[in-house]
Parts: sequence; C-alpha cells; structure tokens
Amino acid sequence: MTDPVSLATDPLFGLPLADLWFGLLFCIFATFLFLDGFDFGVGALFATREDADEREQLLSAIGPFWDGNEVWLVVFGGAMFAAFPAVYANLFSRHYLLLFAILGALILRGLAPEMYEQRHDEAWQRWWGRAFVIGSLTAPFFLGMFTANWLLGATTIVTLPGVVVGSAVVALTVVDGVAFLRLKTRGDLRESLQTDGYRALVAYLVLVVVTLGYVYGAVPAMRSALFSAPVAALVLATLVLAGVYAAATQADRYYVAFGATAGLVFALVGIVAGLMYPAIDRAGGLTVETAIVSTLPLNLMSIGAAILLPLIFVYFVVLYSAFSGPVRAGESY
Amino acid sequence: MIDPVFASRVQFALTTIVHIVFPVMSMGLAPFLVYFTWKDIRTGKPIYEQLRRFWTQIFAVSFVVGTVTGIVLEFEFGTNFAAFSMTAGELFGGPLALEGMMAFMLEATFLGIFVFGRERVGNVLYMCSAIAVGLGTWLSALWILIANSWMQTPRGYELATENGRTIVQLVDPVAAYANPRFPWMFVHMQNAAVESVALFMAGLGAYFVFRHYVWGYPVEHIGFWETTLKFGLLALLITAPLQVLHGDLYARHVVETQPQKFAAMEAVWETDSYVPEYIVAFPTSIQELLDPRAKDIFGIGIPGGASWLASGGDPQATIQGLEEFGGPQPPVAIVFWAFRLMVALGFWFILLAVWGGYRWWRGELLADDLLHKALMISTPLGIFAVELGWVVTEVGRQPWLIQDVLRTSEGVSTGLTAVEATTTLAGFVVVYLGLLALYTYVVVRLIRAGPPKVEGPELDGAGTPASEVQADD
Repeated sequence: MTDPVSLATDPLFGLPLADLWFGLLFCIFATFLFLDGFDFGVGALFATREDADEREQLLSAIGPFWDGNEVWLVVFGGAMFAAFPAVYANLFSRHYLLLFAILGALILRGLAPEMYEQRHDEAWQRWWGRAFVIGSLTAPFFLGMFTANWLLGATTIVTLPGVVVGSAVVALTVVDGVAFLRLKTRGDLRESLQTDGYRALVAYLVLVVVTLGYVYGAVPAMRSALFSAPVAALVLATLVLAGVYAAATQADRYYVAFGATAGLVFALVGIVAGLMYPAIDRAGGLTVETAIVSTLPLNLMSIGAAILLPLIFVYFVVLYSAFSGPVRAGESY
Repeated sequence: MIDPVFASRVQFALTTIVHIVFPVMSMGLAPFLVYFTWKDIRTGKPIYEQLRRFWTQIFAVSFVVGTVTGIVLEFEFGTNFAAFSMTAGELFGGPLALEGMMAFMLEATFLGIFVFGRERVGNVLYMCSAIAVGLGTWLSALWILIANSWMQTPRGYELATENGRTIVQLVDPVAAYANPRFPWMFVHMQNAAVESVALFMAGLGAYFVFRHYVWGYPVEHIGFWETTLKFGLLALLITAPLQVLHGDLYARHVVETQPQKFAAMEAVWETDSYVPEYIVAFPTSIQELLDPRAKDIFGIGIPGGASWLASGGDPQATIQGLEEFGGPQPPVAIVFWAFRLMVALGFWFILLAVWGGYRWWRGELLADDLLHKALMISTPLGIFAVELGWVVTEVGRQPWLIQDVLRTSEGVSTGLTAVEATTTLAGFVVVYLGLLALYTYVVVRLIRAGPPKVEGPELDGAGTPASEVQADD
C-alpha cells in the first residue's frame, strides 16, 4: 500500500477521488431513495386502505426494514460532511427551513407506526395512521423540493420546479411501495395494488417530462448537459424501465417489477447528478474540484468506505433474506 | 425574534439533551440483552426468555426514538453551525461518516432481525444479531465521542488559510482521533450508560417487589421483577464505584487539558493554592445560586480538597482561577452546580449499591421497604446524572466550540436569520418535549403490561407475599 507520506499528498492509487466521491454520494442518495422510498410508498398507500387487517399487513411489511433504510440518509449526510464539507455547510444552512421540514416529516413517519401499534383503540389508531400518511407523503415531497433547489441553485424555499420534482418523487415512492408490497403480500391486497402502481407510474412519467421540459426551457446553462450522452441515456432508460415495470406487473413477475423500480430511482438520481456535474453547489459557486476535502482525509475516508460499504451490503442481504417472502401473522411490532 | 446565535445554541443543547436519553438506554441495555439472549438460547429457561423479550421491547422503542431524534443532529452542524462545519469539516466529518457506516448501519439492520426475527432465523444468527446490535450501539458512541473529544482537546491539526478563511487541516489522524480526552470520555460515558440502566432496572424491580411484598397487592410475574431487581443491583455494584473512581481521575485530566473548565467547575475566580473542595454546598441567597464563588460559598469544605483533586494528592497545589483567562467566561453557576449535583448522585448510587448488596447478602432484599423506596426514587436518576455530566462538559467548555481554536459564537451559520432560527427553535421545543413525553408514556405502558407470558413454568417469587402474611395472622 501507499506509505503514510504519500497518503497525505497523493490520491490513493492515483484515482480521481473527487469525481468518485461525487458519484458515490449520489449512489448513496439513490440507495436511500429506493429503500426508504418503498417505506414512504407504503405510508402513502396506507391512506387508501381502510381494513384493519390490511393496514396491519402494510406496517408489518416495512417493520424490520425501515430503520436500516433510513440510515442511508445518515450515511449520505456523513459522506457529504466528510468529502465535501463546504457543500455540507453551504447547502444545509441555505435550505435551513426545508431541511428541518424534511427532518420533521421523517420524525413523524418513523414514530407513527411505533405509536400506532402501542394501543388498539380506534381514535388512537386513526390519528397515528394519519400521522404516518402525512409523514410518508411530506418526507419525499420535501426531499424532492430540496433536490430540485440544490440542482438549480435556488435560494428560496418554494419554487415551481421544486414542487414538480417533489410531486414526482412522491409518485415514484408510490410505484416503489407497490412493487415492494406485491412481494410481501398475497391475495386480494396484492391484486388491488396493481392499479395503484400503474396510476403512480403514469403520474411519475408526466412529472419527469414536465421537469425536463422546464430545465430545457428555463435553464439554458443546463441545455447541453441535458443532451449529453449519460443524461440522455438515463432519460431513455427511464422510459424503458417504466415499460419493463408495467409488463412485469401485468405478468405477475414481482421481482422484475421491483428491480425495474430500483432502476427508475437510480436513473432519476443519475439525471440529477449528470445535470449538476461539474458543479456541486451552483448557488454557492462550488464545483466538485473546489469543494473536495484535502487529500489526507479523503484518502482515509476512501479506505474506510471501501471496507465498510461491502460489509453494509452483506448486512442488508442478511436482513432481507431473513424476512424473505410474505408477511406472517404476528410479526408486527 | 431570538438572536440566531443564541437560538442555535439553545436548539443544539435541546437536541442533545433530549437525544442522549435514548442512546443511554440502548447502550446500557446492550450488554444485558446479549447476556439474556445467550442464556435464553443456552438454558431455554422461561425467565431468560421473559427478560430478553421484555427488555427488547424497551430497547426497540428507545432505538426508534433515538433514531428520529439523532438524525436531526447529523444535519444540525450544517444548518446551524455552518461556519464550524467549514472550518473543521476536514476533521469532524470523517468520524460522523464512519459512525454512520460502521456503527449505525450495523445496529439498524440487525435490529430488524433482533426485534422481529426470533421465529425466522436460527439460534446462531439470532445470537449474532444480538451481538451486532450491541456492538453497533457502542461503536456509535466510539465515533461520536472521538468527534466530541477532539473539540475538547484538539490535536493532530494545523491551521491553514483556504479561500480567505482559516480552516483546520488534518495532519496527524492518529493524534487527532486518539486525542487525550477520548479514552476518558468513552469509559466514563459507557460505564454511565450501564449504571443508568442498572438503576432503571433496580428501580422498576423494587417498585413491583414493594407492591407485592410490602403493600400486599399481588403482582403477576413477581419472579421476573425480583430477577430484574437483582440484575440491576449486581450491575450497580460493579459500575457505581467504578464511575466515581474514574471520575476522580478524569477531573485531574480536565485540570491539565482544560483549566478554565475546571476553574468553572470549582467556581475559583482568583488563582490560589490550598483550595478547599465543597462536597456539600448550599446557596444561602439567590446571589450565591446565580453567581457562586468558591471563596464565599457556604458549605462543608475539605481543606485543600480541590487542590488535592486537581493535582492528584497535593493539598497545597495551585489552581488557576477564572480571572487568568481572558475573554468571556463559561456560565459558572450552571457548571458549578451541575458538577456538584452529579458528584453527589455518584456517591448516592454507591450507597444504594452497598445497601442493596448488603440486604441481598443477608437475604433481606425483599423486606427492606426503605431500600425499595430509595431505589424507586432513583429509577431515572442515572440518566439525570448523565445529563448533568454532559452539562459540565459542554457548558464548561464555553466560550469555546473547539478549545482555543474556535468560539461557539463564531461557529454559527452566518446566513441564518432570526426568523428562521426562532421558527425552528419553537418547533424543536414542541416536538422534542413531545417526543420525550410520548417515549415516557410508551415505556410506562410497556412496564404496566409486564413481561410476556411464555411456555414453561415461571419463576416463583422467593419471599412470602404480605397478603398471605396478613391472612395467616
């Protein structure tokens, strides 16, 4: 390995670490959005189910997973702090109220199912059920708003593209939630979810088109990035994956549909990253090269991530295989 | 509207004061749960299954509330302390990222299996999950305390100028992360967590034992509560003396590394030798409460005690007074009283441990109602002592955010407006106090519901219920 002196001055193995961390940061964000996305989607679908047993199944489906899924957001924040401290500081203090709105929504979403299961009287469950739905809808909406504001360098909280992207992310989490629940449930509930999935998918596609149209029309600086090979390929991939999702759902190929959802999420986050690069904080005038942390901490973090991320992958495989297959009775909170 | 600097300080203090309750519970419960799970698997005795399942419920609630309150902290450095994040991100971001990847991920994933998966996985994987969750909680503390201790005793860095602003540059990661304060903090915190949970268990056990044997209301699963009481006492016997002994040595380390903080802890304004230690101090007026001064305070002082404490055995040793340090002082009253109260509680816990241990040894544990009452009152006091300890640590280091490098007032986000800061502070007060209330409510409900019924013969109570004693008379 590289000796300590060069660890302080040369990038590890001569790798383009700044770009790699930019990519890694968005991969972590996409993983969060895909995994916690189905938790949000389940929360949104919770509003559409009245039957107490069905509601119980929805909660049980995400019970063992949501906490681990949400930790990807913590890792996202930590990775940004470690690799791009200036972006971490600028971005989060600029979008101050929006950040706290996201965090508040996440508190509501995380707490509500736990509370819902504590008591079984009707009023209590009605209120915590509502809290769960509200938290699950607002968290992805605010996350979408934040992402759009970040990308476009907006300095106000509510912007038109922010609202559109926020809605798109909500729709995407519903698609995600449907795909997940069709793996975890059986019978009528599973059948009835199909329609919800299609509707959300159509809404998502429309909102993505509107977003891209807005970028094309209103942000001339990004026009060339929009037609660059990676972004164009990801837009195309979104359409293909949407087709795959629809066909797989029709044919009851549940895992394929779930995989296509993952693809849709990664494509969306990839489009954002592609449009943003080489800037990483437009409003703050920071690029990947200027915002990256110094070589020594960057090298250390790279070694840490190279060891830990594969381990985390193993944890998730163990967790998801332990609970593979449909929800079982009595597995709730 | 509240000044953004002040609001950010209060908001961060509130976030950490509320948040720390939950990690203390989960870190303190971790070793117990690993042991209960091991015994449950190995012996198959119903009591261990009850202990494992009951305390896992408490653990799970603590973990969930700890997650939702803690994620906020991860972002609050950026939102409210952007100037600090810019200055020290290079040193401070790494430990936070590693905490997420190494510790939090381990806890959160295996928690799913540990809480929901007993029927789904085999014994080996289940045992591994218990260990992984426990290890995760402790690793989490490791990284967070590395980050915190670096701010108290910063090492391994150089100051550099980048784009016109001074930043802290990492030059020696080993010196920075294995900084002098870190081992002190880690041992003191982890032992405190176990001690707090020991007090919590002993207090609950004592309550039900008291109800059953002294009051004479038959309590279901009384064997379970007796065992809980004994586990709590046993852990208290180990941790309580250790905490005070270790705290004594820790104080000396503070003298060497943060003399200003130590002077505030002792309210010493003028540099002096042969300074007494006021083990018992009473404010005789509002003035003394709000502005304590070692020279005037009314109390029982050990002559040369503070000097002895500071130097490790020399009652004539000199203590640097606050007046020697230029610039703003820490709020001395808060630090002075919090320190006194924490130390007093530390000794009280030793007394409880010895008292309980003696009664247990004599076979009178179930009969001493005064002991029961003392334990009951002390149920939440371990956590309270942890809060006091953190107040001493964090208020005592003011005005510094990074000791001798960056003041707290200089670390706050520059673009933050009074309206923004006031809005979120108001939201925090409502939400965080609400969370604390909800958590308490849920834990009380779980305690009332008691341990689950399990297959196999339950452990009987070891004593004679008061109701039967009365019936015989």
